[in-house]
Amino acid sequence: MFFTKDHEWIKVDGDVATVGITAYAAEQLGDVVFVEVPDLGKVLAVGDSLAVVESVKAASDVYTPVSGEVIEANGDLAASPETVNADPEGAGWFAKVKIADPSQLEGLMDRAAYDAFLASL
Amino acid sequence: MRYLPLSPTDRSAMLGVIGAATIDDLFVDVPHAARRDQPVDLPFHQGELEVERALSAMAGRNRTAGQGPFFCGAGAYRHHVPATVDHIIQRSEFLTSYTPYQPEIAQGTLQYLFEFQTQVAALTGMDVANASMYDGSTATAEAVMMAARVTRRGKAVLSGGLHPHYARTVETLAKVAGVEVQRLDGAIDGEAAVLDAIDAGTACVVVQTPNLFGTVTDVTAIAAAAQAKGALLIVVVTEIVSLGLLKSPGEMGADIVVAEGQSIGNALNFGGPYVGLFAAREKYVRQMPGRLCGETVDADGRRGFVLTLSTREQHIRRDKATSNICTNSGLCALAFTIHMSLLGEVGLRKLAAINHAKARDLRDGLMTVPGVEILTERFFNEIAIRVPTDAAALVETLAGQGILAGVPVSRLSPKGGMDDVLLLCATETTTSSDIAALVAAFKGAF
Amino acid sequence: MSMNSVGRPTQPAPVATLPVAIAATLGGGRGLLQDEGLIFERDGWDSSGVDLPEPSHDASDLGDLVRTAPIGLPGLSEPEAMRHYVRLSQKNHAIDLALYPLGSCTMKHNPRLNEKMARLPGFADVHPLQPQSTVQGALELMDQLAHWLMTLTGMSAVAMSPKAGAHGELCGLLAIRAAHVARGDARKRVLVPTSAHGTNPATAAFVGYAVEEIAQTADGRVDIADLAAKLGPDVAAIMVTNPNTCGLFERDVIQIAELVHAAGAYFYCDGANFNAIVGRVRPGDLGVDAMHINLHKTFSTPHGGGGPGSGPVVLSAALAPFAPTPFVVKRGEAYELVEYREGEAAKAFGRLCAFHGQMGMYVRALSYMLSHGADGLKQAAEDAVLNANYIKARLSGVMSAAFEGPCMHEALFDDHWLEGTGITTLDFAKAMIDEGFHPMTMYFPLVVHGAMLIEPTETESKAELDRFCDVLLLLADAAKAGDVERFKGAPFHAPLRRLDETLAARKPRLRWRSELSMGVAAE
Repeated sequence: MFFTKDHEWIKVDGDVATVGITAYAAEQLGDVVFVEVPDLGKVLAVGDSLAVVESVKAASDVYTPVSGEVIEANGDLAASPETVNADPEGAGWFAKVKIADPSQLEGLMDRAAYDAFLASL
Repeated sequence: MRYLPLSPTDRSAMLGVIGAATIDDLFVDVPHAARRDQPVDLPFHQGELEVERALSAMAGRNRTAGQGPFFCGAGAYRHHVPATVDHIIQRSEFLTSYTPYQPEIAQGTLQYLFEFQTQVAALTGMDVANASMYDGSTATAEAVMMAARVTRRGKAVLSGGLHPHYARTVETLAKVAGVEVQRLDGAIDGEAAVLDAIDAGTACVVVQTPNLFGTVTDVTAIAAAAQAKGALLIVVVTEIVSLGLLKSPGEMGADIVVAEGQSIGNALNFGGPYVGLFAAREKYVRQMPGRLCGETVDADGRRGFVLTLSTREQHIRRDKATSNICTNSGLCALAFTIHMSLLGEVGLRKLAAINHAKARDLRDGLMTVPGVEILTERFFNEIAIRVPTDAAALVETLAGQGILAGVPVSRLSPKGGMDDVLLLCATETTTSSDIAALVAAFKGAF
Repeated sequence: MSMNSVGRPTQPAPVATLPVAIAATLGGGRGLLQDEGLIFERDGWDSSGVDLPEPSHDASDLGDLVRTAPIGLPGLSEPEAMRHYVRLSQKNHAIDLALYPLGSCTMKHNPRLNEKMARLPGFADVHPLQPQSTVQGALELMDQLAHWLMTLTGMSAVAMSPKAGAHGELCGLLAIRAAHVARGDARKRVLVPTSAHGTNPATAAFVGYAVEEIAQTADGRVDIADLAAKLGPDVAAIMVTNPNTCGLFERDVIQIAELVHAAGAYFYCDGANFNAIVGRVRPGDLGVDAMHINLHKTFSTPHGGGGPGSGPVVLSAALAPFAPTPFVVKRGEAYELVEYREGEAAKAFGRLCAFHGQMGMYVRALSYMLSHGADGLKQAAEDAVLNANYIKARLSGVMSAAFEGPCMHEALFDDHWLEGTGITTLDFAKAMIDEGFHPMTMYFPLVVHGAMLIEPTETESKAELDRFCDVLLLLADAAKAGDVERFKGAPFHAPLRRLDETLAARKPRLRWRSELSMGVAAE
């Protein structure tokens, strides 16, 4: 699992990346009330908005850590947005992206580096 | 000065606590170039008596609708509002309260908004309605924007029966939003003409019923045609009382219904403030503009109401908001919901029936005038007629005789080629002697 | 003498100490506060509070167009309706009750003369499309109001039709856009300070501009260096509030205007805070090109629980040709409402809404202006600024002011002073409700942590300000003394307590339906 400075996580399996937000981000956001997941087939460049996660008082963009095409979106979140709070780094995933450029993974943090980053905030 | 409670003693004492010598010390950041020695060049303060005198004089230079026979409609309608309505909206707790952002001390406002939303949804035959917009015209423009967002398409088709002010308002917003607007030519019974204009790039068709010329249309076929091509049907209703008699747009398949609510609870007020109604299908709720009031519970399990789905709005989404709207039309929505509660279904149906009956009487009277051609076949309370002269000049002449004989189409569409078409409306406030006077005046005019 | 020795006691019997929570009653009512369900929860929907005669015809001529299915609207007799709405009204806070210290909202007293004037039949019972010769008084009023607005602001023109402040912002930006397009110089960016109100970037984005933020200096003003760095030939406008949303006057405003104009851009001013300077400073003298004025703020038209508002936009000479229709002109002794423009029409951006604007609010605003006059308006601005500084002075010893120095009409605090107490700005605000005050604006502007923005306005007496400050100081003491319960669970004395906004957003229930509603049904 890798992490970005914007508190996204990315799990890689072959050429497919699953993306979500970290427990820290979910906690900061508060109760998640809605998630706007991307359409299948959408082609994203690294840094584009992949999803929008809404709490009562805020709406935050979730940026994709890698370029690629959206091949799956988490349909369960429509009925159960609270999953993002309950299990942000597991069942609360947002979308799966087919990685276009694996070299983009190189700049990302691992768990230890992300934890150190959180400590510095 | 009667609205300023501070006395000179108060002011000195307060300056002392602040540690400033004079009030000017508190304005220290104003650049010298902008400082003024003199007050601005406007009259000094006046007591109530003088203000009343000045404003009454201005008011006296207007001919009121109640002064004589009155037949103006075209988007604003004269109805009788029960005395209770104006009395209640002037209660301090309604008149002088703020937007209900602190729900614990605003349940009065929030509950009536919830009731209002329910009434609007029921009237329009839709799943959900918002807590009101500024007016029918801006609601229509917002609906077009919403359709563009929902369908991700960039074209809107406006029927020829849509109120020209509404069409122009849509055009203003559409131009900046990058939505292409196709406005069909004005036509007495032209809503169905939109069918030929729908294609795969159409986000929405906008149809008005009853339309500018009073024509009532069954939009079921238009709804089906639009939806078959993936476009939304937006139905506009400028005379909300009509929904007490006519099939609702929701029943006929509309995706979004926008309306002007002024007829219920609100006076003519020379054009504003009015109250826009906005209703849509459940699936579109997160794309709806405007405030929404929702039900919930409090920490002690008691039912209550709150503004909700706020993340659509400007103060949260900022540059990604569904609209930049901040205000709803609060007190006008309250007036609407009180009047609607007083009417109830029984009262509304009867009111609508009376309006239609009066319009039939009006039509029957006008049919006796040689030279007048009744253009509208199926109407609620408004009809278009062709007169053998310039309609605007005719209206001006009759105004001189104390009769406000409707709205010439040329007032709304100066280049529409309908200089001889006049729009006339009858409501429950219209009497048979009003109609007789109008008929006599027409007969005398040509 | 004979005496009636059977009397009622005139002193209450002593009782044990009242518990903190109000004892529950049996039926749900609480003294003067009645509980009241929805109109849909009554039995029998067929009443009506309106007596109508029988219609003289049926609607058979309309055939299938007639609505046969039930609509779903309950009716109430007049007494029932009156009770329903009066009971609801008791659950609302209002300015007529107590101070609303809401920053940037300008919750001042709503003079009742204004209501009386707006209801004169000559203003209320007039149709917008009557022949203009029959509404000369209405057009005169619009012209008068326009004159007052232009004179107070030192600007050349005013677009009257916007229906609210945000609508006015849209109007201003559309005029700016039209001006650039007319020069063949369509631009792409709008600059907005980080402290801006959400409507500013929302409006700019809607009009098609990319929004870029300008940094703020440590003393709460626009960072001129950052502004200069971000200006360029593709910037259409800057949107600045002055006084700004931190309650501070932008002392470099003239320089800001010069920089913006030198780059060929326009200066849009959000007029929400005009109450601080009305009658004393004219935005036109500061280099402003367009400014919306919230009549429901500075000019006292009632907030009405959320509207209606009115947002006329004053314009500089440069932008005047790009105002929307309609507008009033005086030709000799007669007034004319100009609804269409030829030739020039290419310049203007068109119509913003049907008809002519918020006439009902114009009457109220002009009534307010005539009542105050140039001297009264200036005094109002000064008292507004004095009141805010007084509050700041009285509270600053205990609460942490966000910025040093005098404020304008509103005082901004952050939540540093609550550090270590476990109590948030929100908790503090909810405890204020128990004390009888509406909370101040919270968490805005975003540039300050846990912001508390307090605007008293000029219609608060010194006694009311002292009462407010005394209470806040007592609450602050309680917070620092660790009385956490008082805050975390508040408000205990309001009709409801801490509503679940998460539930409302996750499971939206936006209308009554015939199945059971949530929670404990109201009695």
